[in-house]
Amino acid sequence: MQYIPNIIFLAALIIGFGFFIKNSRKILRNIKLGQKVDASDHKKERWNNVIRIALGQSKMVVRPVSGLLHIIVYAGFIIINLEVLEIIIDGLFGTHRIFSFLGSIYGFLIGSFEILALLVLISVCVFWIRRMIIRVPRFWNKEMTKWPKNDALIILYFEMVLMSLFLIMNATDIHFQEMNSGNIISQFIAPLFSDLSEGTVHIIERSAWWIHILGILAFLNYLYFSKHLHILLAFPNVYYGNVNPKGKFKNLESVTKEVKLMMDPTADPFAAPAEGAEEPGKFGASDVMDLNRTQLLNAYTCTECGRCTSNCPANQTGKKLSPRKIMMDTRDRLEEVGKNIDENGEFKLDGKQLLGDYITNEELWACTTCNACTEACPISIDPLSIIMDMRQYLVMEQSAAPNELNISLTNIENNGAPWPYNQMDRLNWKDE
Amino acid sequence: MAEYMAQGKQPEVLFWVGCAGSFDDRAKRITKAFVKILNKSNIDFAVLGAEESCTGDPAKRAGNEFLYQMQAMMNIQVLDGYNIKKIVTTCPHCFNTLKNEYPDLGGNYEVMHHTQFLKDMLNEGRLKVEGGKYKGKRITFHDPCYLGRANNEYEAPRELLRKLEVELIEMNRCKSNGLCCGAGGAQMFKEPEPGNKDINVERTEDALKVKPSIIAAACPFCNTMMTDGVKAKEKEGEIEVLDIAEMIINAEDI
Repeated sequence: MQYIPNIIFLAALIIGFGFFIKNSRKILRNIKLGQKVDASDHKKERWNNVIRIALGQSKMVVRPVSGLLHIIVYAGFIIINLEVLEIIIDGLFGTHRIFSFLGSIYGFLIGSFEILALLVLISVCVFWIRRMIIRVPRFWNKEMTKWPKNDALIILYFEMVLMSLFLIMNATDIHFQEMNSGNIISQFIAPLFSDLSEGTVHIIERSAWWIHILGILAFLNYLYFSKHLHILLAFPNVYYGNVNPKGKFKNLESVTKEVKLMMDPTADPFAAPAEGAEEPGKFGASDVMDLNRTQLLNAYTCTECGRCTSNCPANQTGKKLSPRKIMMDTRDRLEEVGKNIDENGEFKLDGKQLLGDYITNEELWACTTCNACTEACPISIDPLSIIMDMRQYLVMEQSAAPNELNISLTNIENNGAPWPYNQMDRLNWKDE
Repeated sequence: MAEYMAQGKQPEVLFWVGCAGSFDDRAKRITKAFVKILNKSNIDFAVLGAEESCTGDPAKRAGNEFLYQMQAMMNIQVLDGYNIKKIVTTCPHCFNTLKNEYPDLGGNYEVMHHTQFLKDMLNEGRLKVEGGKYKGKRITFHDPCYLGRANNEYEAPRELLRKLEVELIEMNRCKSNGLCCGAGGAQMFKEPEPGNKDINVERTEDALKVKPSIIAAACPFCNTMMTDGVKAKEKEGEIEVLDIAEMIINAEDI
């Protein structure tokens, strides 16, 4: 009988990590629905970016208040999780604070965890205040209702509860308090429980301990359903992020082939495609499968912080375009396609696609390609590339450009300028 | 350029005028200003004239990759035919496309924006810029997206302005945080989507907040957008929108 807690703990661990691995695989499978990307170039720069942007949070502090608070929560998350190692060993083997033999080092470690826990708790409360009381506008855009709004709040509550439990767990651990080393914060909480009997305090301590670890496992599994995957995916996402000048848009090889053929005077205009030749691919993107894997990874990584949208000139002037919504839509559609595959074994046409059912033409045409969104993103997400791919589909597959734009494009084609001027008049300014 | 070729000569640099610089009345003044500077500094340059064609930037950003690549390949044939190595242009859009996107189609050139080119000339002592009539004037600079964020060039235009001895006042949103004028991504050639404001008005308001007497620009499209914005705010009597090249020649009354 005495091993029951250990067995329950082991079962919780297996279930917790099991589900997490299962869902992680699903994410990987969904990302692989996208087109392959070659990121073997610029290795040094990519690692540099991971260290600077992801680990070093260099772009977070562009907005100092949220940036600083985020660094506290980020550092807290990584460092306090060292404690989880001890919890797991204690849980599995029925020990109690197995590392406490480290003496003063242990006190120092737990002491710093306690300080961080308090700082994280404060930061998370400030985050909540910014969201709900101050109502920072980027958290209140049109796309931030229902689930996205609740999701953000659930995450904050989760963190508040976990940090409080950690402190309560330490405060009610009579043995730990008697050691009087490392209880920097919890010693001030402990008196709250001093009226209670030792048995009751012990029950509170055990409950806090159990809810804390079960909460961590639950949070781990909540990630998959939330916008919070960035705590894991930000790192690969930054690695795969753009390493070229922001102004360089990718060259479409499939088009190059066609254009070269068209401009080749020796090409046989009546030639039939070679036997077994591949079907020419789709130009641009109308659904998630047409996007590349980096773009799909981007969608899972997005934390919906809205820095892109708040910097977007179109969004600031009341247009429908919101780069954040482009990322959220991409993820929602990708999840829908994933569920479709779960149910049918393979993707069955569902009469829906990213273009039209999620993202409208009006949003796509409002973009000025100014790169404010990609500059603003703290973890190298690129909404602009998705907008461009979808514009390519609109123009090259559907000929669905706005009319004025079509006129300009026709002008470029006919007289080499977006306006209807004669190419022969290009040098007229010389004599004017 | 054809004349140079006929004489068997090679210019030091090819000046890529661009569509706006060739046809738009406002932008032609920038073209002429830049040419005056080149002439005064005895720079051996050529233009393609009627052989120049749109780089394809608006086509590419409108999603028409076909048209873009057709334009690019034709231009590359012309440029390579004349064995061009170095290009300077007064348009950040041409600059970006020639510099970053032509290499993928086989066109490799050293490409400079005119502010970068003039800065180099200045450092080499081939060009002198003095304050003249702009000395001490409150001037703000609007970063073109395709020079700034797209290509990380924030300093060259500012260095020229400092040489003009102006009082350079930055807008609240500047450099990598600068707001677009609203013309990029082929927006210049279409009506904006419905919203509550035009982007160029929003940007002009940024500029008006710092109360400049001149808004300096480095892109013909930004120039148009900001000029329209100033008109929309009925400030055209007080505030001028000028390209840095124009300011340099005005300062010296060339």
